[in-house]
Amino acid sequence: MVVSKDKVEEILHKYDNRADSLVPILMDAQDICDDHYVDEETQKFIAQKLNLTYVDVYEVSSFFSAINKTSKGRYHIQLCDSSVCRINKKDIIEDYLEKTLSITVGETTPDNMFTLEHTACFGACDISPAIRINKKVYGHLTIQKIKHLLEDLRGADHE
Amino acid sequence: MNKTRSLISEYFDKYTVSEINKYQELGGFSGLKKALKEGPDFVINELKASELRGRGGAAYPAHKKWQSAKDRDAEVKYVLVNADEGEPGTFKDRDLMDCDPYRIIEGLTIAGFTTGACEGYIYIREEYEDIRKKLIDAISIAKDNNLLGNNILGTDFSFNIKAYTGAGAYVCGENTALIESMHGNVGRPRVKKPRVGERGLFNKPTMVNNVETYACAAAILTHGSEHYNNSGIDGHKGTKMISLCGNIMRPGVYEVPFGITVKEIIEDIGGGTRDLSLGKFIQSGGASCPLIPHTYFDTPYGYEPFKKNGFDIGSGSIVVANGNVRVVDYLSSVTGFFEHESCGKCTPCREGTKRLHEIIDDLCHNEASMKQYDRIKKIAITMIDTSLCGLGQTAPTAILSAMKHFEEELMESVTK
Repeated sequence: MVVSKDKVEEILHKYDNRADSLVPILMDAQDICDDHYVDEETQKFIAQKLNLTYVDVYEVSSFFSAINKTSKGRYHIQLCDSSVCRINKKDIIEDYLEKTLSITVGETTPDNMFTLEHTACFGACDISPAIRINKKVYGHLTIQKIKHLLEDLRGADHE
Repeated sequence: MNKTRSLISEYFDKYTVSEINKYQELGGFSGLKKALKEGPDFVINELKASELRGRGGAAYPAHKKWQSAKDRDAEVKYVLVNADEGEPGTFKDRDLMDCDPYRIIEGLTIAGFTTGACEGYIYIREEYEDIRKKLIDAISIAKDNNLLGNNILGTDFSFNIKAYTGAGAYVCGENTALIESMHGNVGRPRVKKPRVGERGLFNKPTMVNNVETYACAAAILTHGSEHYNNSGIDGHKGTKMISLCGNIMRPGVYEVPFGITVKEIIEDIGGGTRDLSLGKFIQSGGASCPLIPHTYFDTPYGYEPFKKNGFDIGSGSIVVANGNVRVVDYLSSVTGFFEHESCGKCTPCREGTKRLHEIIDDLCHNEASMKQYDRIKKIAITMIDTSLCGLGQTAPTAILSAMKHFEEELMESVTK
Protein backbone atom coordinates (compact mmCIF):
# COMPACT_ATOMS: atom_id res chain seq x y z
CA MET A 1 0.00 0.00 0.00
CA VAL A 2 1.22 3.48 -0.80
CA VAL A 3 -0.44 4.90 2.29
CA SER A 4 -0.32 3.56 5.82
CA LYS A 5 -3.04 1.19 7.00
CA ASP A 6 -3.45 3.17 10.18
CA LYS A 7 -4.26 6.30 8.28
CA VAL A 8 -6.80 4.54 6.08
CA GLU A 9 -8.38 3.05 9.19
CA GLU A 10 -8.58 6.53 10.65
CA ILE A 11 -10.47 7.65 7.55
CA LEU A 12 -12.78 4.64 7.71
CA HIS A 13 -13.42 5.40 11.35
CA LYS A 14 -14.29 9.01 10.53
CA TYR A 15 -17.06 7.67 8.27
CA ASP A 16 -18.19 5.02 10.79
CA ASN A 17 -17.05 2.26 8.40
CA ARG A 18 -20.15 2.94 6.32
CA ALA A 19 -20.14 1.53 2.81
CA ASP A 20 -22.41 4.33 1.62
CA SER A 21 -19.53 6.72 2.31
CA LEU A 22 -17.29 4.90 -0.15
CA VAL A 23 -16.83 7.94 -2.42
CA PRO A 24 -15.60 10.35 0.30
CA ILE A 25 -13.50 7.53 1.83
CA LEU A 26 -11.69 7.01 -1.47
CA MET A 27 -11.27 10.77 -1.92
CA ASP A 28 -9.78 11.14 1.56
CA ALA A 29 -7.47 8.16 1.00
CA GLN A 30 -6.24 9.85 -2.16
CA ASP A 31 -5.63 13.10 -0.30
CA ILE A 32 -3.14 11.45 2.05
CA CYS A 33 -1.22 9.84 -0.81
CA ASP A 34 1.78 11.84 -2.07
CA ASP A 35 1.31 10.35 -5.51
CA HIS A 36 -2.33 11.49 -5.68
CA TYR A 37 -3.98 8.13 -6.30
CA VAL A 38 -5.61 5.14 -4.64
CA ASP A 39 -3.65 1.99 -5.42
CA GLU A 40 -5.14 -1.47 -5.80
CA GLU A 41 -3.96 -2.66 -2.43
CA THR A 42 -5.57 0.27 -0.63
CA GLN A 43 -8.80 -0.35 -2.49
CA LYS A 44 -8.71 -4.01 -1.48
CA PHE A 45 -8.07 -3.02 2.11
CA ILE A 46 -11.02 -0.60 2.06
CA ALA A 47 -13.21 -3.28 0.48
CA GLN A 48 -12.35 -5.76 3.18
CA LYS A 49 -13.03 -3.27 5.96
CA LEU A 50 -16.39 -2.29 4.49
CA ASN A 51 -17.49 -5.86 3.76
CA LEU A 52 -17.44 -5.21 0.05
CA THR A 53 -15.71 -7.04 -2.77
CA TYR A 54 -12.77 -5.44 -4.53
CA VAL A 55 -14.95 -5.24 -7.65
CA ASP A 56 -17.52 -3.15 -5.76
CA VAL A 57 -14.82 -0.66 -4.85
CA TYR A 58 -13.07 -0.77 -8.22
CA GLU A 59 -16.36 -0.09 -10.02
CA VAL A 60 -16.76 3.13 -8.06
CA SER A 61 -13.11 4.22 -8.18
CA SER A 62 -12.89 3.64 -11.92
CA PHE A 63 -16.10 5.57 -12.57
CA PHE A 64 -15.27 8.86 -10.88
CA SER A 65 -12.69 10.95 -12.67
CA ALA A 66 -11.55 12.68 -9.47
CA ILE A 67 -10.33 9.34 -8.10
CA ASN A 68 -7.01 8.51 -9.74
CA LYS A 69 -6.11 4.93 -10.49
CA THR A 70 -2.49 5.55 -11.38
CA SER A 71 0.17 7.56 -9.61
CA LYS A 72 0.67 11.20 -10.52
CA GLY A 73 3.72 13.42 -10.35
CA ARG A 74 4.44 15.55 -7.34
CA TYR A 75 2.52 18.35 -9.02
CA HIS A 76 -0.65 17.18 -10.74
CA ILE A 77 -1.48 19.76 -13.37
CA GLN A 78 -5.03 19.66 -14.72
CA LEU A 79 -5.68 21.90 -17.68
CA CYS A 80 -9.31 22.80 -18.37
CA ASP A 81 -10.32 21.54 -21.80
CA SER A 82 -13.90 22.82 -21.89
CA SER A 83 -15.56 25.35 -24.15
CA VAL A 84 -14.76 28.56 -22.28
CA CYS A 85 -11.05 27.84 -21.85
CA ARG A 86 -10.88 26.81 -25.50
CA ILE A 87 -12.41 30.13 -26.52
CA ASN A 88 -9.84 31.84 -24.33
CA LYS A 89 -7.01 30.06 -26.10
CA LYS A 90 -5.95 27.39 -23.64
CA ASP A 91 -4.10 25.82 -26.60
CA ILE A 92 -1.29 28.34 -26.18
CA ILE A 93 -0.91 27.34 -22.52
CA GLU A 94 -1.09 23.66 -23.41
CA ASP A 95 1.57 23.95 -26.10
CA TYR A 96 3.85 25.83 -23.73
CA LEU A 97 3.40 23.28 -20.94
CA GLU A 98 4.03 20.36 -23.28
CA LYS A 99 7.13 22.00 -24.71
CA THR A 100 8.60 23.14 -21.42
CA LEU A 101 7.94 19.89 -19.59
CA SER A 102 8.84 17.80 -22.67
CA ILE A 103 5.77 15.63 -22.21
CA THR A 104 2.38 15.39 -23.88
CA VAL A 105 -0.97 15.62 -22.15
CA GLY A 106 -1.50 12.45 -20.11
CA GLU A 107 2.17 11.96 -19.27
CA THR A 108 4.42 12.47 -16.26
CA THR A 109 7.90 13.96 -16.41
CA PRO A 110 10.71 11.40 -15.91
CA ASP A 111 11.74 13.07 -12.63
CA ASN A 112 8.16 12.52 -11.41
CA MET A 113 7.72 16.22 -10.74
CA PHE A 114 4.82 17.03 -13.06
CA THR A 115 1.84 15.19 -14.52
CA LEU A 116 -0.09 17.06 -17.19
CA GLU A 117 -3.73 16.13 -17.85
CA HIS A 118 -6.89 17.54 -19.33
CA THR A 119 -9.92 18.02 -17.17
CA ALA A 120 -13.51 19.11 -17.71
CA CYS A 121 -14.72 22.56 -16.61
CA PHE A 122 -14.08 23.14 -12.91
CA GLY A 123 -15.99 26.39 -12.66
CA ALA A 124 -13.23 28.94 -13.00
CA CYS A 125 -14.48 30.34 -16.30
CA ASP A 126 -14.35 33.92 -15.02
CA ILE A 127 -10.55 33.61 -14.81
CA SER A 128 -10.16 31.43 -17.91
CA PRO A 129 -7.86 29.98 -19.19
CA ALA A 130 -7.36 28.14 -15.93
CA ILE A 131 -5.52 25.13 -14.50
CA ARG A 132 -5.54 23.25 -11.25
CA ILE A 133 -2.28 22.18 -9.65
CA ASN A 134 -2.84 19.73 -6.81
CA LYS A 135 -6.41 21.05 -6.69
CA LYS A 136 -5.42 24.70 -6.34
CA VAL A 137 -6.86 26.87 -9.11
CA TYR A 138 -4.71 29.29 -11.11
CA GLY A 139 -6.38 31.56 -13.64
CA HIS A 140 -5.88 34.41 -16.13
CA LEU A 141 -3.00 32.33 -17.44
CA THR A 142 -0.37 33.72 -19.75
CA ILE A 143 2.87 32.11 -20.82
CA GLN A 144 4.75 34.44 -18.45
CA LYS A 145 2.56 33.43 -15.56
CA ILE A 146 2.90 29.71 -16.26
CA LYS A 147 6.66 30.14 -16.57
CA HIS A 148 6.91 31.76 -13.13
CA LEU A 149 4.54 29.21 -11.68
CA LEU A 150 6.66 26.28 -12.86
CA GLU A 151 9.83 27.99 -11.64
CA ASP A 152 8.26 28.53 -8.22
CA LEU A 153 7.20 24.91 -7.99
CA ARG A 154 10.61 23.65 -9.04
CA GLY A 155 12.27 26.07 -6.63
CA ALA A 156 10.02 25.03 -3.76
CA ASP A 157 11.10 21.48 -4.32
CA HIS A 158 14.80 22.29 -4.06
CA GLU A 159 14.40 24.08 -0.75
CA MET B 1 -27.61 52.99 -15.34
CA ASN B 2 -26.62 49.93 -13.39
CA LYS B 3 -28.37 46.96 -14.94
CA THR B 4 -27.54 44.44 -12.25
CA ARG B 5 -29.58 43.86 -9.09
CA SER B 6 -28.72 42.92 -5.55
CA LEU B 7 -31.34 40.77 -3.93
CA ILE B 8 -30.21 37.17 -4.01
CA SER B 9 -26.64 38.40 -3.82
CA GLU B 10 -27.26 41.24 -1.36
CA TYR B 11 -24.96 39.85 1.35
CA PHE B 12 -22.15 38.76 -0.97
CA ASP B 13 -18.77 39.24 0.71
CA LYS B 14 -20.26 41.34 3.51
CA TYR B 15 -19.23 38.93 6.25
CA THR B 16 -16.87 36.05 6.90
CA VAL B 17 -17.96 32.61 8.10
CA SER B 18 -16.92 33.36 11.68
CA GLU B 19 -19.18 36.44 11.69
CA ILE B 20 -22.59 34.82 11.94
CA ASN B 21 -23.75 37.83 14.00
CA LYS B 22 -22.92 40.12 11.14
CA TYR B 23 -25.01 37.97 8.81
CA GLN B 24 -27.89 38.33 11.25
CA GLU B 25 -27.38 42.08 11.59
CA LEU B 26 -27.62 42.37 7.82
CA GLY B 27 -31.01 40.67 8.01
CA GLY B 28 -29.92 37.06 7.73
CA PHE B 29 -32.05 34.34 9.31
CA SER B 30 -35.04 36.70 9.41
CA GLY B 31 -36.49 34.59 6.59
CA LEU B 32 -36.18 31.50 8.74
CA LYS B 33 -37.69 33.30 11.72
CA LYS B 34 -40.62 34.40 9.58
CA ALA B 35 -41.11 30.86 8.30
CA LEU B 36 -41.04 29.41 11.82
CA LYS B 37 -43.60 31.99 12.93
CA GLU B 38 -45.99 31.87 9.97
CA GLY B 39 -45.83 28.16 9.17
CA PRO B 40 -45.21 25.93 6.13
CA ASP B 41 -48.28 27.02 4.14
CA PHE B 42 -47.15 30.62 4.33
CA VAL B 43 -43.75 29.64 2.88
CA ILE B 44 -45.33 27.79 -0.02
CA ASN B 45 -47.72 30.66 -0.73
CA GLU B 46 -44.80 33.07 -0.82
CA LEU B 47 -42.96 30.84 -3.29
CA LYS B 48 -46.10 30.66 -5.41
CA ALA B 49 -46.59 34.44 -5.36
CA SER B 50 -42.97 34.93 -6.42
CA GLU B 51 -43.31 32.44 -9.29
CA LEU B 52 -39.96 30.96 -8.32
CA ARG B 53 -38.81 28.16 -10.59
CA GLY B 54 -36.08 25.64 -9.97
CA ARG B 55 -32.74 27.24 -10.83
CA GLY B 56 -30.82 24.11 -11.70
CA GLY B 57 -32.06 24.09 -15.28
CA ALA B 58 -35.39 22.31 -15.35
CA ALA B 59 -37.32 25.42 -14.20
CA TYR B 60 -40.02 23.42 -12.41
CA PRO B 61 -42.22 25.67 -10.22
CA ALA B 62 -40.67 25.55 -6.74
CA HIS B 63 -43.96 25.84 -4.86
CA LYS B 64 -45.28 22.67 -6.53
CA LYS B 65 -42.17 20.71 -5.63
CA TRP B 66 -42.17 21.97 -2.03
CA GLN B 67 -45.91 21.34 -1.71
CA SER B 68 -45.67 17.74 -2.87
CA ALA B 69 -42.68 17.16 -0.57
CA LYS B 70 -44.69 18.59 2.31
CA ASP B 71 -47.75 16.48 1.46
CA ARG B 72 -45.83 13.23 1.32
CA ASP B 73 -46.72 11.14 4.28
CA ALA B 74 -43.47 9.78 5.68
CA GLU B 75 -41.75 9.80 9.01
CA VAL B 76 -38.30 10.43 7.58
CA LYS B 77 -37.76 12.86 4.72
CA TYR B 78 -34.69 14.65 3.46
CA VAL B 79 -33.97 17.91 1.69
CA LEU B 80 -30.90 18.14 -0.47
CA VAL B 81 -28.91 20.87 -2.16
CA ASN B 82 -27.62 19.92 -5.57
CA ALA B 83 -24.33 21.81 -5.63
CA ASP B 84 -22.76 19.56 -8.25
CA GLU B 85 -22.59 22.50 -10.63
CA GLY B 86 -20.93 20.97 -13.66
CA GLU B 87 -22.27 22.60 -16.82
CA PRO B 88 -19.26 24.09 -18.59
CA GLY B 89 -19.40 27.86 -18.22
CA THR B 90 -21.40 27.78 -15.00
CA PHE B 91 -20.00 29.04 -11.71
CA LYS B 92 -22.78 31.03 -10.04
CA ASP B 93 -23.40 28.36 -7.38
CA ARG B 94 -19.73 28.63 -6.51
CA ASP B 95 -20.15 32.31 -5.62
CA LEU B 96 -23.53 31.78 -3.95
CA MET B 97 -21.92 29.33 -1.51
CA ASP B 98 -18.55 31.03 -1.23
CA CYS B 99 -19.73 34.63 -0.82
CA ASP B 100 -22.86 33.99 1.27
CA PRO B 101 -22.80 30.50 2.82
CA TYR B 102 -25.32 31.23 5.57
CA ARG B 103 -28.02 32.08 3.08
CA ILE B 104 -27.82 28.57 1.62
CA ILE B 105 -28.02 27.14 5.13
CA GLU B 106 -30.98 29.40 5.86
CA GLY B 107 -32.78 28.42 2.65
CA LEU B 108 -32.21 24.72 3.26
CA THR B 109 -33.43 25.02 6.84
CA ILE B 110 -36.58 26.80 5.65
CA ALA B 111 -37.09 23.92 3.20
CA GLY B 112 -36.59 21.37 5.96
CA PHE B 113 -39.14 23.13 8.15
CA THR B 114 -41.65 23.53 5.31
CA THR B 115 -41.52 19.95 4.11
CA GLY B 116 -41.08 18.29 7.50
CA ALA B 117 -37.60 16.94 6.79
CA CYS B 118 -35.31 15.99 9.66
CA GLU B 119 -32.04 16.39 7.86
CA GLY B 120 -30.51 18.34 4.98
CA TYR B 121 -27.58 17.45 2.74
CA ILE B 122 -25.40 19.58 0.53
CA TYR B 123 -23.88 17.56 -2.31
CA ILE B 124 -21.01 19.68 -3.51
CA ARG B 125 -18.70 19.00 -6.40
CA GLU B 126 -15.17 17.89 -5.63
CA GLU B 127 -13.75 20.90 -7.45
CA TYR B 128 -15.22 23.19 -4.75
CA GLU B 129 -13.43 21.49 -1.86
CA ASP B 130 -12.54 24.76 -0.14
CA ILE B 131 -16.14 25.90 -0.27
CA ARG B 132 -17.29 22.59 1.21
CA LYS B 133 -14.94 23.15 4.11
CA LYS B 134 -16.30 26.65 4.52
CA LEU B 135 -19.85 25.31 4.59
CA ILE B 136 -18.92 22.68 7.17
CA ASP B 137 -17.56 25.50 9.39
CA ALA B 138 -20.71 27.55 8.81
CA ILE B 139 -22.92 24.58 9.73
CA SER B 140 -21.03 24.06 12.96
CA ILE B 141 -21.21 27.77 13.89
CA ALA B 142 -24.94 27.87 13.09
CA LYS B 143 -25.39 24.90 15.40
CA ASP B 144 -23.55 26.71 18.20
CA ASN B 145 -25.98 29.58 17.74
CA ASN B 146 -29.10 27.39 17.91
CA LEU B 147 -29.85 28.10 14.24
CA LEU B 148 -29.38 24.41 13.49
CA GLY B 149 -29.63 21.34 15.70
CA ASN B 150 -32.27 20.62 18.28
CA ASN B 151 -35.18 22.98 18.96
CA ILE B 152 -34.04 25.70 16.62
CA LEU B 153 -34.63 29.17 18.13
CA GLY B 154 -36.66 27.64 20.92
CA THR B 155 -39.21 25.98 18.63
CA ASP B 156 -40.13 22.31 18.26
CA PHE B 157 -38.25 22.19 14.99
CA SER B 158 -34.95 20.28 14.92
CA PHE B 159 -32.79 20.07 11.83
CA ASN B 160 -29.23 19.16 10.88
CA ILE B 161 -27.17 19.64 7.75
CA LYS B 162 -24.31 17.58 6.36
CA ALA B 163 -22.02 18.40 3.46
CA TYR B 164 -21.10 15.61 1.05
CA THR B 165 -18.47 15.59 -1.67
CA GLY B 166 -18.84 14.61 -5.31
CA ALA B 167 -15.97 13.05 -7.21
CA GLY B 168 -15.82 14.68 -10.61
CA ALA B 169 -18.76 13.20 -12.47
CA TYR B 170 -21.01 15.61 -14.37
CA VAL B 171 -23.76 13.02 -14.60
CA CYS B 172 -24.12 13.15 -10.79
CA GLY B 173 -25.90 16.46 -11.27
CA GLU B 174 -28.79 14.22 -12.29
CA ASN B 175 -30.75 13.58 -9.12
CA THR B 176 -30.92 9.79 -9.20
CA ALA B 177 -27.21 9.51 -10.07
CA LEU B 178 -26.35 11.98 -7.33
CA ILE B 179 -28.18 9.87 -4.77
CA GLU B 180 -26.66 6.64 -6.08
CA SER B 181 -23.22 8.10 -5.45
CA MET B 182 -24.30 9.10 -1.92
CA HIS B 183 -25.15 5.43 -1.35
CA GLY B 184 -21.58 4.48 -2.17
CA ASN B 185 -22.51 3.25 -5.63
CA VAL B 186 -21.42 4.20 -9.10
CA GLY B 187 -23.06 7.52 -10.01
CA ARG B 188 -25.23 6.27 -12.82
CA PRO B 189 -28.81 7.47 -13.24
CA ARG B 190 -31.48 4.88 -12.58
CA VAL B 191 -34.88 4.44 -14.15
CA LYS B 192 -37.54 6.80 -12.84
CA LYS B 193 -40.00 6.03 -11.33
CA PRO B 194 -39.90 6.05 -8.45
CA ARG B 195 -38.74 9.65 -8.51
CA VAL B 196 -36.42 10.84 -5.75
CA GLY B 197 -39.33 12.79 -4.25
CA GLU B 198 -40.86 9.44 -3.52
CA ARG B 199 -37.78 7.32 -2.94
CA GLY B 200 -34.47 9.12 -2.77
CA LEU B 201 -31.65 9.33 -0.27
CA PHE B 202 -31.44 6.16 1.88
CA ASN B 203 -34.70 5.17 0.13
CA LYS B 204 -36.61 7.99 1.82
CA PRO B 205 -38.56 10.80 0.15
CA THR B 206 -36.05 13.49 -0.82
CA MET B 207 -36.57 16.97 -2.18
CA VAL B 208 -33.66 18.15 -4.30
CA ASN B 209 -33.16 21.75 -5.39
CA ASN B 210 -30.35 23.76 -6.88
CA VAL B 211 -28.22 26.04 -4.67
CA GLU B 212 -29.76 29.18 -6.15
CA THR B 213 -33.32 27.96 -5.52
CA TYR B 214 -32.58 27.79 -1.79
CA ALA B 215 -30.89 31.20 -1.85
CA CYS B 216 -33.95 32.63 -3.64
CA ALA B 217 -36.31 31.03 -1.14
CA ALA B 218 -34.37 32.61 1.73
CA ALA B 219 -34.38 36.00 -0.03
CA ILE B 220 -38.12 35.78 -0.75
CA LEU B 221 -38.91 34.91 2.85
CA THR B 222 -36.65 37.68 4.14
CA HIS B 223 -38.09 40.45 2.01
CA GLY B 224 -41.51 39.11 1.05
CA SER B 225 -42.66 38.07 -2.39
CA GLU B 226 -44.02 41.55 -3.07
CA HIS B 227 -40.59 43.10 -2.81
CA TYR B 228 -39.01 40.27 -4.82
CA ASN B 229 -41.61 40.77 -7.55
CA ASN B 230 -40.51 44.38 -8.09
CA SER B 231 -37.85 43.07 -10.44
CA GLY B 232 -38.48 41.19 -13.64
CA ILE B 233 -41.36 41.18 -16.10
CA ASP B 234 -44.84 39.68 -16.11
CA GLY B 235 -44.64 35.94 -15.71
CA HIS B 236 -40.96 36.23 -14.85
CA LYS B 237 -40.71 37.77 -11.46
CA GLY B 238 -37.51 38.56 -9.68
CA THR B 239 -33.89 38.15 -10.60
CA LYS B 240 -31.53 35.47 -11.85
CA MET B 241 -27.90 34.75 -11.11
CA ILE B 242 -25.89 34.38 -14.30
CA SER B 243 -22.35 33.21 -15.02
CA LEU B 244 -21.07 35.42 -17.81
CA CYS B 245 -17.89 34.23 -19.50
CA GLY B 246 -16.10 33.40 -22.71
CA ASN B 247 -14.94 36.16 -24.99
CA ILE B 248 -16.11 39.01 -22.80
CA MET B 249 -14.41 42.01 -21.20
CA ARG B 250 -15.84 41.58 -17.71
CA PRO B 251 -16.62 37.92 -17.03
CA GLY B 252 -18.19 37.07 -13.68
CA VAL B 253 -21.26 36.22 -11.67
CA TYR B 254 -24.03 38.81 -11.93
CA GLU B 255 -27.57 39.12 -10.68
CA VAL B 256 -29.88 40.37 -13.43
CA PRO B 257 -33.61 41.11 -13.55
CA PHE B 258 -35.63 38.89 -15.86
CA GLY B 259 -36.53 40.82 -18.99
CA ILE B 260 -33.09 42.31 -19.62
CA THR B 261 -31.98 41.59 -23.19
CA VAL B 262 -29.04 39.39 -24.11
CA LYS B 263 -27.48 42.44 -25.75
CA GLU B 264 -27.68 44.43 -22.52
CA ILE B 265 -26.08 41.56 -20.64
CA ILE B 266 -23.18 41.38 -23.10
CA GLU B 267 -22.60 45.08 -23.62
CA ASP B 268 -23.74 46.90 -20.50
CA ILE B 269 -22.85 44.28 -17.91
CA GLY B 270 -20.08 42.36 -19.62
CA GLY B 271 -18.48 45.37 -21.31
CA GLY B 272 -18.74 43.80 -24.76
CA THR B 273 -16.55 41.20 -26.39
CA ARG B 274 -12.78 41.45 -26.37
CA ASP B 275 -12.50 42.34 -30.03
CA LEU B 276 -15.21 45.00 -29.65
CA SER B 277 -17.52 43.14 -32.01
CA LEU B 278 -21.10 42.37 -31.12
CA GLY B 279 -20.29 38.71 -30.66
CA LYS B 280 -21.14 35.86 -32.98
CA PHE B 281 -23.20 33.62 -30.73
CA ILE B 282 -23.74 32.74 -27.13
CA GLN B 283 -24.48 29.45 -25.48
CA SER B 284 -26.96 30.05 -22.69
CA GLY B 285 -27.61 27.44 -20.02
CA GLY B 286 -24.61 25.17 -20.39
CA ALA B 287 -23.24 22.63 -22.85
CA SER B 288 -26.62 20.89 -23.01
CA CYS B 289 -28.39 23.99 -24.33
CA PRO B 290 -28.71 25.57 -27.80
CA LEU B 291 -26.47 28.20 -29.35
CA ILE B 292 -28.08 31.61 -29.78
CA PRO B 293 -26.88 33.54 -32.87
CA HIS B 294 -26.30 37.30 -32.59
CA THR B 295 -29.43 38.01 -34.63
CA TYR B 296 -31.43 36.99 -31.54
CA PHE B 297 -29.55 39.14 -29.04
CA ASP B 298 -32.61 41.38 -28.58
CA THR B 299 -34.46 38.50 -26.92
CA PRO B 300 -35.47 39.30 -23.33
CA TYR B 301 -33.81 37.02 -20.77
CA GLY B 302 -36.65 34.87 -19.44
CA TYR B 303 -37.98 31.32 -19.59
CA GLU B 304 -40.86 32.00 -21.99
CA PRO B 305 -39.21 34.43 -24.43
CA PHE B 306 -36.29 32.02 -24.67
CA LYS B 307 -38.49 28.96 -25.08
CA LYS B 308 -40.48 30.67 -27.84
CA ASN B 309 -37.25 30.89 -29.87
CA GLY B 310 -36.06 27.41 -28.95
CA PHE B 311 -33.51 28.65 -26.40
CA ASP B 312 -32.96 27.84 -22.76
CA ILE B 313 -32.08 29.65 -19.53
CA GLY B 314 -30.75 26.35 -18.18
CA SER B 315 -28.16 26.76 -15.46
CA GLY B 316 -27.87 30.50 -16.05
CA SER B 317 -24.53 30.45 -17.80
CA ILE B 318 -23.83 32.67 -20.79
CA VAL B 319 -20.77 31.78 -22.81
CA VAL B 320 -19.98 34.46 -25.36
CA ALA B 321 -18.14 33.61 -28.57
CA ASN B 322 -16.89 36.27 -30.96
CA GLY B 323 -16.26 36.14 -34.68
CA ASN B 324 -12.95 34.34 -34.30
CA VAL B 325 -14.59 31.22 -32.93
CA ARG B 326 -15.50 28.64 -35.55
CA VAL B 327 -18.83 26.99 -34.76
CA VAL B 328 -17.36 23.52 -35.44
CA ASP B 329 -14.51 24.10 -32.99
CA TYR B 330 -16.96 25.14 -30.34
CA LEU B 331 -19.10 22.07 -31.04
CA SER B 332 -16.02 19.89 -30.75
CA SER B 333 -15.52 21.00 -27.14
CA VAL B 334 -19.20 20.40 -26.40
CA THR B 335 -19.33 16.92 -27.96
CA GLY B 336 -15.98 15.98 -26.43
CA PHE B 337 -17.33 16.95 -23.05
CA PHE B 338 -20.41 14.75 -23.39
CA GLU B 339 -18.40 11.82 -24.68
CA HIS B 340 -16.23 12.08 -21.57
CA GLU B 341 -19.13 12.53 -19.18
CA SER B 342 -21.54 9.91 -20.53
CA CYS B 343 -21.85 7.30 -17.79
CA GLY B 344 -22.06 4.47 -20.32
CA LYS B 345 -25.17 2.86 -18.93
CA CYS B 346 -27.47 3.25 -21.93
CA THR B 347 -26.43 2.55 -25.50
CA PRO B 348 -27.84 5.61 -27.32
CA CYS B 349 -25.90 8.00 -25.10
CA ARG B 350 -22.70 5.93 -24.77
CA GLU B 351 -22.44 5.34 -28.52
CA GLY B 352 -24.17 8.52 -29.68
CA THR B 353 -21.89 10.94 -27.83
CA LYS B 354 -18.87 9.12 -29.27
CA ARG B 355 -20.12 9.14 -32.87
CA LEU B 356 -21.21 12.77 -32.73
CA HIS B 357 -17.80 13.78 -31.44
CA GLU B 358 -16.13 11.83 -34.25
CA ILE B 359 -18.23 13.48 -36.94
CA ILE B 360 -17.72 16.96 -35.46
CA ASP B 361 -13.97 16.39 -35.30
CA ASP B 362 -14.01 15.31 -38.93
CA LEU B 363 -15.83 18.55 -39.71
CA CYS B 364 -13.18 20.48 -37.79
CA HIS B 365 -10.55 19.01 -40.12
CA ASN B 366 -12.73 19.50 -43.20
CA GLU B 367 -12.86 15.76 -43.65
CA ALA B 368 -16.56 15.01 -43.11
CA SER B 369 -18.75 13.92 -46.01
CA MET B 370 -22.31 15.00 -46.66
CA LYS B 371 -23.39 11.52 -45.65
CA GLN B 372 -21.78 11.96 -42.23
CA TYR B 373 -23.35 15.38 -41.88
CA ASP B 374 -26.78 13.92 -42.58
CA ARG B 375 -26.14 11.15 -40.08
CA ILE B 376 -25.86 13.70 -37.25
CA LYS B 377 -29.62 14.24 -37.25
CA LYS B 378 -30.38 10.54 -37.17
CA ILE B 379 -28.04 9.94 -34.24
CA ALA B 380 -29.36 13.03 -32.45
CA ILE B 381 -33.00 11.99 -32.76
CA THR B 382 -32.21 8.49 -31.50
CA MET B 383 -30.40 9.95 -28.50
CA ILE B 384 -33.19 12.41 -27.71
CA ASP B 385 -35.89 9.76 -27.94
CA THR B 386 -34.22 6.82 -26.28
CA SER B 387 -31.55 7.96 -23.80
CA LEU B 388 -32.22 7.13 -20.18
CA CYS B 389 -31.48 10.51 -18.64
CA GLY B 390 -31.16 14.17 -19.46
CA LEU B 391 -27.48 13.88 -20.37
CA GLY B 392 -28.05 11.81 -23.49
CA GLN B 393 -31.30 13.55 -24.29
CA THR B 394 -29.70 17.00 -24.34
CA ALA B 395 -26.18 16.19 -25.55
CA PRO B 396 -27.09 16.82 -29.24
CA THR B 397 -28.96 20.10 -28.53
CA ALA B 398 -26.06 22.42 -29.31
CA ILE B 399 -25.29 20.66 -32.61
CA LEU B 400 -28.91 20.75 -33.76
CA SER B 401 -29.15 24.47 -32.97
CA ALA B 402 -25.92 25.07 -34.89
CA MET B 403 -27.30 23.15 -37.88
CA LYS B 404 -30.33 25.42 -37.76
CA HIS B 405 -28.61 28.77 -37.33
CA PHE B 406 -25.16 28.21 -38.82
CA GLU B 407 -25.82 25.73 -41.59
CA GLU B 408 -23.98 27.79 -44.17
CA GLU B 409 -20.81 27.91 -42.08
CA LEU B 410 -20.98 24.21 -41.23
CA MET B 411 -21.40 23.33 -44.90
CA GLU B 412 -18.07 24.99 -45.64
CA SER B 413 -16.45 22.22 -43.62
CA VAL B 414 -18.19 19.41 -45.51
CA THR B 415 -16.13 17.82 -48.27
CA LYS B 416 -17.75 18.13 -51.67
